[in-house]
Amino acid sequence: MTTHTPHPDLPPPSTSVGVIGWLRANLFSSWANSLLTLAAAYLLYLTIPPLIDWSLIKADWVGETRDACDSGGACWVFVSVRLNQFMYGLYPESEYWRINLAAVLLVLLMIPLFIKRFRAKLWLGLFILFGYPVIAFYLFSGGVFGLEYVETSRWGGLTLTLVLSSVGMAASLPLGILLALGRRSTMPIVKALSVVFIEFWRGVPLITVLFMSSVMLPLFLPEGTHFDKLLRAMIGIALFQSAYMAEVVRGGLQAIPKGQYEAAQALGLSYWKSMSLIILPQALKLVIPGIVNTFIALFKDTTLVLIIGLFDMLAMIQAALADPNWLGYAIEGLLFAAFVYWIFCFGMSRYSLALERKLNTGHAR
Amino acid sequence: MAAEHTPQSSTSKVPLWRLPAFRAILFQVLLVLGILAFGNFLLSNTLQNMEQRGITTGFGFLDNAAGFGILQSLIPFDETDSYGRTFIVGLLNTLLVAALGILFATFLGFFIGVARLSKNWLVARLATVYIETFRNIPLLLQIMFWYFAVLRPLPRPRQSLSVGDSIFLNNRGLFIPRPVAEDGFGLVLAALLLAVIGSILLVRWAHRRQEATGQQFPGGLVSLAAIIGLPLATYWLSGSPLHWDYPVLGGFNFSGGLEVIPELAALVLALSIYTAAFIAEAVRSGIQAVSHGQTEAAYALGLRPRLTLKLVIIPQAMRVIIPQLTSQYLNLTKNSSLATAIGYPDLVNVFAGTTLNQTGQAVEVIAMTMGVYLFISLVISTFMNWYNKRKQLIER
Repeated sequence: MTTHTPHPDLPPPSTSVGVIGWLRANLFSSWANSLLTLAAAYLLYLTIPPLIDWSLIKADWVGETRDACDSGGACWVFVSVRLNQFMYGLYPESEYWRINLAAVLLVLLMIPLFIKRFRAKLWLGLFILFGYPVIAFYLFSGGVFGLEYVETSRWGGLTLTLVLSSVGMAASLPLGILLALGRRSTMPIVKALSVVFIEFWRGVPLITVLFMSSVMLPLFLPEGTHFDKLLRAMIGIALFQSAYMAEVVRGGLQAIPKGQYEAAQALGLSYWKSMSLIILPQALKLVIPGIVNTFIALFKDTTLVLIIGLFDMLAMIQAALADPNWLGYAIEGLLFAAFVYWIFCFGMSRYSLALERKLNTGHAR
Repeated sequence: MAAEHTPQSSTSKVPLWRLPAFRAILFQVLLVLGILAFGNFLLSNTLQNMEQRGITTGFGFLDNAAGFGILQSLIPFDETDSYGRTFIVGLLNTLLVAALGILFATFLGFFIGVARLSKNWLVARLATVYIETFRNIPLLLQIMFWYFAVLRPLPRPRQSLSVGDSIFLNNRGLFIPRPVAEDGFGLVLAALLLAVIGSILLVRWAHRRQEATGQQFPGGLVSLAAIIGLPLATYWLSGSPLHWDYPVLGGFNFSGGLEVIPELAALVLALSIYTAAFIAEAVRSGIQAVSHGQTEAAYALGLRPRLTLKLVIIPQAMRVIIPQLTSQYLNLTKNSSLATAIGYPDLVNVFAGTTLNQTGQAVEVIAMTMGVYLFISLVISTFMNWYNKRKQLIER
């Protein structure tokens, strides 16, 4: 009696596995697809090699003057010579350490937030939100403890961009949450006021808000009140973005099932307790992508302050472009700025994706 | 005894300030009083400040002569015209940029959005790179890049880049031939109008017939043929009532033709490239929002892929895409105010810039400028609410 032994499976054809299989499936699955691939590859061939050649291979990196730029490629010397100004603006050079110290302090304070076993995260977070800005403000502006006084008009560069955006973020999130709660309130006047406020700020461009804060705010305040230009810009940006934030948060509030509200009420929780313990933690988690998108928009929008005469990083670069010793390096300067802004914005969007995955407890669809 | 357990008697024991209804009223009254006090504070300060600085109030300034020129104007304008006219000129320039930007951004955005979902790995990757790059760079920076790094360093008019001696590109702008209508061109326009109206009616009829009987009619193809063919035929029959005015180099600049100033070109380029990245994301999310089961069900019913796309996927995807698209259009319109950074004479630059500086009437000027944008937003959001309602009715 012979037992039947099946012939072992043949390996899959070599054209459907491995590199060739992948290529066939993803790049050359049909003649139209192959044409597309070839067109895209040709486009890449036209753009990428010259770009790398110009920006890296032929570029000039070291030197002090524009004479160092003679190889025909990008002139990164322009950026490296001006780097301090791009980072610190018109801040006095001998006082750069204060900004650096504030930055290092912030990083040190943030580290425990990422350590799982650290318990007092809430208190540390509150300190970073409310205590740290005070320290940073006195470090930046000085005038106490023998530090030289530096008026806000000399703050600039990337420092100013980061100051503006972090203040904007810290102010617009709570304000936006309040507005969103107001918009969903059962009190008719509160609701109407929130709707008007939100729709007004969302309906006008930020630049008119900044114009208003720089031209009209001095008219609104009693004669002789001095109102710092930087502070005015901050108020404008914070109010503007809080309206967008409110709409994002409202989306989250609406997505929470009614049963959650009713359960909170049934437990006898007061309005603020049910909001802060039951509803908001779930709602905010749902809208993390929206919140981070608003933060990214805010970060990009800080560039607009150059129009009302504050010197953020983009304004410093624009000023450097007008330097008669360095005419004609607009591409290098603006590409550098684009790169820095891109790093921050892209980093934020990736972080939000990671956060979303980490906080996902299976409720979100 | 029983009376003690009725709800009335138990509420009457609760102090007044613990009643939610009372607290709500009290809170709202306080809020209104606070806002009134704050408004009064601002108003009295403003009036006092204006009096002290000798700023006149009211809209009388709109009739005064402006006394400054404007780089680009769609209607005749010179220095002797009034401030009121600068408002109109600025508004028209804003609308022009917005319309051009919306047109290009929509085409580019749909193209990139579909490319991102392509089965072709390379094409999908390229679209992703495009979106992630342009979305994450501030718009103002992009506008400045196109203006200061690309268009300004172009050669002078004498060394312009040219295509066939009719299109010229130099640092003064882009010069293209301008169509000039002769007598009888109105007929061609009338034919175009007729074709468009006819096509709309035809598509509606085809849609209704398809819903009633299931029979297909190539409405799109026929109306495309009508919209292109009818005006062309009229044009040819009426003896080509159109000639082209070519730009000619004379002295230091070109004359004749249609001139696109570099400020406009930079603004439209940056706005459409930036907004296209967001539109592409909207398109992608819209298409992905239609679950795969819909496609499978359509195939199971025997629909061909093209019909599935047209009758099943696109109508459902549009429901997600249109609201996002409208808000991107709104953003583009508001973002066009960044024109002021490169000196394109839009509403903010001309009216909230030069006119404000010359008249000093900040309150009126800013209020008018904001009013325009608010009006546009309200109109668009009204449209969106109407659209959403309409689509929801169809849904259930």
